[in-house]
Amino acid sequence: MAEYKRSTMIADAPSGYCPGCLHSLATRLISDVLEELGQGDNSLNVISVGCSALNILYWNGDFLSVAHGRAPAAATGIKRTNPERLVFAYQGDGDLCAIGLAEIISAANRGENFTVIFANNQTYGMTGGQMAPTTLIGQKSTTTVYGRDPQTTGYPMKMCELIAALEAPAYVARFALNSPKGVREARAGIKKAFQAQLDGRGFTFVELLTNCPTNWHMSPLQTLDYMNMNTIPYFKPGVYKDKTE
Amino acid sequence: MVQINEALCKGCGYCVKFCPKQILQIGKTRNRRGHFYPEMTHESACITCAVCAMMCPEGAIEVSKGGDDA
Repeated sequence: MAEYKRSTMIADAPSGYCPGCLHSLATRLISDVLEELGQGDNSLNVISVGCSALNILYWNGDFLSVAHGRAPAAATGIKRTNPERLVFAYQGDGDLCAIGLAEIISAANRGENFTVIFANNQTYGMTGGQMAPTTLIGQKSTTTVYGRDPQTTGYPMKMCELIAALEAPAYVARFALNSPKGVREARAGIKKAFQAQLDGRGFTFVELLTNCPTNWHMSPLQTLDYMNMNTIPYFKPGVYKDKTE
Repeated sequence: MVQINEALCKGCGYCVKFCPKQILQIGKTRNRRGHFYPEMTHESACITCAVCAMMCPEGAIEVSKGGDDA
């Protein structure tokens, strides 16, 4: 027997996301965890640019919408001036590992005491499906119409592995949201990251593998199978670093 | 007891796919935004595991313990 009640952290209206988009599931998970921790009023959502910015339409808590890629920089300032606040940045893959790569690596290396939730859907969703640094080899996008070719565009960027290699981060983990098992683990992971932040452990990073039915040109259910066959074998879910114990 | 807030539903079908008892199905009526929303076929068979609620991106499904069949 289990219970589920919609969190009051999100507005009582449909999200701005497309049908089946796991961005809205990620947002819902964060809102559930905040409510469970009793940190709803104490939290601050630093919203980046991209589909992640659609959060501003229905996020009921405090938030700050910042320049493209600069969410970790803005969150650093907020957290240093308001250390009692639970600060988290919500970023997509185009925002975090293309334009904002310097900010995320620097914030992680400094061990800033906030959390970054990274929604990785392997495409630039809001601008119409261009190739992102995380687009898989052979995956089609509007800028790689024959599929991504590593000869000219390199390989998909593994952010968890990159950040886990640094000394400072306290918790680095990746979860896939395409199955109940993954969603359960993701919820526990987000909770652990937020708790670590409240305990002052330092930088925490949670990557959530999501989908983009619109720009992958698939039905929502097809994207879940695509993720099982292509995304998860490359971006392996798991806990990459845990210094919270 | 499972409550589906049809106004929030976008008809992605995740709840139908992951229901372990397979007692949800996408219905034939549309909500105000034009999406077909799910309906429960055998309410008595529901084990209130809340997997449907957990997988719903929109948080359109709420699950509470016990039934209102009294």
